[in-house]
Amino acid sequence: MSEIENKAENGSMESVGEGTAGKEKDDKGLGLGVIFFIVAFVACFLSGTLLFPKLLYSKKEQPFNFDHALHVGEAGDCETCHSLREDGSFTGIPKLATCLDCHAEEPMGETEDEATFVEEYVANEKEVPWYVYSRQPDCVFFSHAAHTAAGGMDCVSCHGHIGESTSLRPYEENRITGYSRDIWGKNIFGIKKHSWDRMKMDDCAACHKKETGHQGYCFQCHK
Amino acid sequence: MKVDRRSFLGLGLGAVAGIAVSPIGIKLTDDSSIWTQNWPWTPVPVDGEVIYENSVCSLCPGSCGINIRKIDNRPVKIEGRADYPVNNGGVCLHGIAGLQYLYDPARVKTPLKKNGDKFEEISWDDAIAIVADKLGQIRKNGSPEKLACIADKEQGSVSGLFKRLLKTFGSSNFYTMPSLESYLELTAAAIHGEGQTIAFDLENAGFVLSFGAGIIEGWGSPVNCFKANASRKERQAKLYQIEPRLSNTAANADKWIPIKPGTEADLALGICAVILKNNLFDSTATAKFKGGLNKFGALLQKDYTLSKTAEITGVKESDIEKIAMLFAKAKMPLAVFGKGRGDGAQSLKELVAVHTLNCLVGNINKKGGAFVQPKPEYLKFADESMDSVADKGFAKTKPGNYVNQLIEKVNASSQTVVEALFVYNANPCHSLHDPTTIKQAIEKIPFVVSFSSFLDETAMEADIILPCHTFIERLEDVPSSAGLAKAVVGLTKPVIEPVFNTKNPGDVIILVAKALEESIARNFEWENYAECLEEVCADIWDSLSEDGFSIISEGVPLGSASVDVSFLANNPATVQAQGDFPLTLIPIDNMRLINAGIAASPFAVKTISDKVLKGKDSVVDINPLTAGGLKDGGAAMLTTSIGTARVMVNFNESIMPGVIGMVKGLGHTFDNKYVSNKGININDLIGPVIESGSGLDAAFGIKAKISKA
Repeated sequence: MSEIENKAENGSMESVGEGTAGKEKDDKGLGLGVIFFIVAFVACFLSGTLLFPKLLYSKKEQPFNFDHALHVGEAGDCETCHSLREDGSFTGIPKLATCLDCHAEEPMGETEDEATFVEEYVANEKEVPWYVYSRQPDCVFFSHAAHTAAGGMDCVSCHGHIGESTSLRPYEENRITGYSRDIWGKNIFGIKKHSWDRMKMDDCAACHKKETGHQGYCFQCHK
Repeated sequence: MKVDRRSFLGLGLGAVAGIAVSPIGIKLTDDSSIWTQNWPWTPVPVDGEVIYENSVCSLCPGSCGINIRKIDNRPVKIEGRADYPVNNGGVCLHGIAGLQYLYDPARVKTPLKKNGDKFEEISWDDAIAIVADKLGQIRKNGSPEKLACIADKEQGSVSGLFKRLLKTFGSSNFYTMPSLESYLELTAAAIHGEGQTIAFDLENAGFVLSFGAGIIEGWGSPVNCFKANASRKERQAKLYQIEPRLSNTAANADKWIPIKPGTEADLALGICAVILKNNLFDSTATAKFKGGLNKFGALLQKDYTLSKTAEITGVKESDIEKIAMLFAKAKMPLAVFGKGRGDGAQSLKELVAVHTLNCLVGNINKKGGAFVQPKPEYLKFADESMDSVADKGFAKTKPGNYVNQLIEKVNASSQTVVEALFVYNANPCHSLHDPTTIKQAIEKIPFVVSFSSFLDETAMEADIILPCHTFIERLEDVPSSAGLAKAVVGLTKPVIEPVFNTKNPGDVIILVAKALEESIARNFEWENYAECLEEVCADIWDSLSEDGFSIISEGVPLGSASVDVSFLANNPATVQAQGDFPLTLIPIDNMRLINAGIAASPFAVKTISDKVLKGKDSVVDINPLTAGGLKDGGAAMLTTSIGTARVMVNFNESIMPGVIGMVKGLGHTFDNKYVSNKGININDLIGPVIESGSGLDAAFGIKAKISKA
């Protein structure tokens, strides 16, 4: 046998031998691969579920605390402050002038928040830069009058029981869109238990379908 | 167990699967779609309470009522005011873009003082003190008549305050920029006597013979004219347009009569000749003519025969005869003068000749005709109390009747004709012919005070700028003028807090007056301009403040007007174009541009056709027959005796051979990237030609040549 033939034969034998040995190792490798798969799966799933929302949303504190429950108790209802204008448009968060209807003379109460309000905003005639939890993207048109005055809906259906809250929770702003977390909902999977938990287009459509028999047309909201 | 590549594969797959079933994918997709539909850098109008406020636009003499939409007290849109007697809801493109002037990059944000070649910011107190100090020195030197003022108009309380300041100071040198209003008064003075003005009842006229008046290109009160023209078909009224170029008005007319530039007066006189010759005139009206109708008639039969008129004007004899017949026999005929927008250079001979047609057919003070009546006076200033210095100065002769004469005097004299000049709402260094000469004159004046809201070409030449509010920010009475058949005074109201550290021009004059000697200050005892306005408009203040306007007069004026034809009977000379070149360059008024005190807004400039402005080049219209070796769309050098400019050529068969048309209002050089350095200022190519007799700059154009660049 020539040297060349030897080499060829050995080489061939080696490759066969390796092939056999590899098959045995492969089984073990697959087992390890499955473990790696599971670990990576769980790690990524948990990151996507728990860590991702923390990265996606930045928390911002409101300028000062506001006690809805107290104000509803004094004013009697939501509409006193969150009113509809004569032309049917919605005033939204009240302007300073509306606050001054009651807070005109002197501080009402001795809380730190009242002091901040009077000293920083009333004294300087500056509007309070509230973060609006329920603000929809600019490409969405929404008429409060059509839903409340004409449709007879109550505020709670969409806004929940904010009127009963005594403090304002931090505002969570989506770092990509710049909009509030409340639109997508607190649950990152988008699962909701109440009608006010989420306020995406599908939620509008579902309610419209239920109440009017039709989910509505694009241009009704996207003008 | 050995970690191999399959383990890593497992790791990778696990990671992918983990992410896939986590909410990351769907959430990021959703967020990115929201982000792309609401680009954060795209400005979004702030939502808020919507209110509307009435005011009056004072961008041009048209004075339209406007309705300003505001959101949370911030003006966001200008619309036409539906119940305003001038425009009935209409508004032009300059009006709707009016809010852009608030945030114009060229706005003067605070008082400025010239220091060398640069301006430095100063306080209002310092600025007023400097002005008062300079004026005080002029009075001390005993030459108060050396204070002059150039404003945009004669009417209105702000002009009234300027005149009052000048008078009590001791100067009668109040000048206004040329305007249709001033030409209407001059024409009325030449035919009907001083103190009168002319208005045109376009809304009712049955046959409008327009001598180049751009009825849908900004002439008169633009929106009112658009409406009058729009109703023409309905009323079965006719419009014949006489001008060298098929303008938009000509294209819209029933007939376009091309005419050699500058011969409009001759055509009008030729038509007068036909009317007289064929006894088509109103004999009741002509019976009262003064000043030698026979002499006038004889002149016409000698110098304005059909053949001679046809030869001078280039209009066919048969056409002249036909126009004369149609005009004289029409029910409610009306001859309209004022080429283009009516505020450029005009010849008094032409204006008077055209208006004589109205007088001949007897349509003065008749429905659908020309209304001749005293100038509407609604302001009642208390009589001035002047000291002897003021009396003496005020009695001195003015350096000239018109701005162009003042400029000429300043340039020609080796003495200081004007020591101090106020410039208000006017930009003579851009809008008058040959701005280089104007700038020379302004430079010769030792102390120039500009009241401009913008750092325009004239404000750049000033020593002190006392910046005024724009019309969105100020209170002012705005009388309608410009040949409108009804006299309406509107109230411009501040609809926003001043954006910059500016003041109402009325307040500035009062402050300056109060800082001067007691003999002047005692005539300005108002707390502020608002108080002054209420006092001087007392008779109409209720309706002015409640309705936003007051109608001074409307409908056909009672009584007739005297007619004196001596001006024409004396055969005044016709103005000729300056220079020896073969072609004639004429200015074109374009509705989308402004050639008066204020430059067109960025929005308006954006709407200009590329047949007018191509990139940064002005485009000139030329008939292919006279284009020689030029190429359509190619570059060319346009030369006149005043200057040379590189332009682009547009072959246009609807301009007469031998004529080059170029748009007015371009070529601004001040610091506004949206408006300036676009095209050529045609005034840089045309020099003033003074009409003998009237003294007006009557350059209808200039001789020019054009060659391939």
